Amino acid sequence: MTIAVFTLIILLGAFLAGLIGSLSGLGGGIIIIPLLTIFLNVDIHYAIGTALVSVIATSSGSAAAYVREGITNMRLGIFLEVATTIGAVCGALLSTIAPTSFIAVLFGLTLIFSAINSLRKKSEHVVKESSPLAEKFRLSGTYPSHDGQLIHYGTKNVVGGFSMMGIAGMMSGLLGIGSGAFKVIAMDNIMRIPFKVSTTTSNFMMGVTATASSVIYIQKGYIEPGICMPVVIGVLLGAMTGAKVLVKTNPKKLRLFFSVLIFILAINMIYNGLSGKI
Amino acid sequence: MMERQVYNDKNFQLIIGNLLRYGVWISLAFAALGGVIYLIHHGGELENYSNFVEKDSNLFVVIDSVIEGAIQGRGESVIFFGVILLFLTPVLRILLSLMSFILEKDYLYTVITLVVILIIIISIGFGFSH
Repeated sequence: MTIAVFTLIILLGAFLAGLIGSLSGLGGGIIIIPLLTIFLNVDIHYAIGTALVSVIATSSGSAAAYVREGITNMRLGIFLEVATTIGAVCGALLSTIAPTSFIAVLFGLTLIFSAINSLRKKSEHVVKESSPLAEKFRLSGTYPSHDGQLIHYGTKNVVGGFSMMGIAGMMSGLLGIGSGAFKVIAMDNIMRIPFKVSTTTSNFMMGVTATASSVIYIQKGYIEPGICMPVVIGVLLGAMTGAKVLVKTNPKKLRLFFSVLIFILAINMIYNGLSGKI
Repeated sequence: MMERQVYNDKNFQLIIGNLLRYGVWISLAFAALGGVIYLIHHGGELENYSNFVEKDSNLFVVIDSVIEGAIQGRGESVIFFGVILLFLTPVLRILLSLMSFILEKDYLYTVITLVVILIIIISIGFGFSH
């Protein structure tokens, strides 16, 4: 395949990946990896590097909007970034020595987990009280509700959330993904932070977490300009289109459809990993 | 006093929000420009990305050669330059947060932000073989 054709295919594929990523709530990076490895026979290390680049692009792009609206809890984000950056550095180092088949299988499992997690019903809960440790680090905050009123929320189980964030960071560094599903579990289920805040804060954190692993990726040669260029452009345009579609349609049915699609991709990755094709 | 602090916080959030947005668009512009140059020169060649070639180059050496290549008008280097700018957006963002915490005299969070920066700096040392 010539580079021109290859670039065009990736551009289209990345656009779809960005679109599906934003419609399914899974993020653009996670679908780039199966696209590159399964369909275009790109080595998984290049795929991981490319995915990480698109994660930074989509997260910075959308985080910008939420920060301006004041939903993101910046203190909470920076506090938890200590855990995610440590995890990311460990994960990125691990990715340089781990066998590719292991990475492929782990990626497939993460994909399934993320897809199931995106289907789970999210309840909007607000705890008023904070745990003593959360009080000490001032992790509580406020966010504007639909009618513009400020809702105050507290934070629980800081140690548990911090540890889960370390794992989220490690998956991010190991697989080049944003690991939004892990981050939301840490904040939503463990720390009891309202869903709206946890989603946007997770998005806000992705950039810094990804930068920590990007340093290692650049030095190890994971970043291939020829692949990154069409992917970044395609994913961003796809994600922007997805955000516009989301406003008009009911995402529930779309989510189910894409989750099935992602499940098939995941099984494919695991099969290829186990049979040594990746 | 309290009111002023809230105002400062909001102000910084606005700056950070804009920074993230412009950072993404500027790096995308470089990637697109580099992409056009790259395709004009190499569009007809055959791609080969199925074998990973591990490198062990120092971050600063990579950045140096990228800037040098970009000045010479090499497409790949211009794309890479855009990618590096993209990676720098969150770094700038965290430096801005650091400034905002210092201005607010929030020493606890000044230290926490410094720890995050330190971890990123340490990761540079881990990237290449010793």
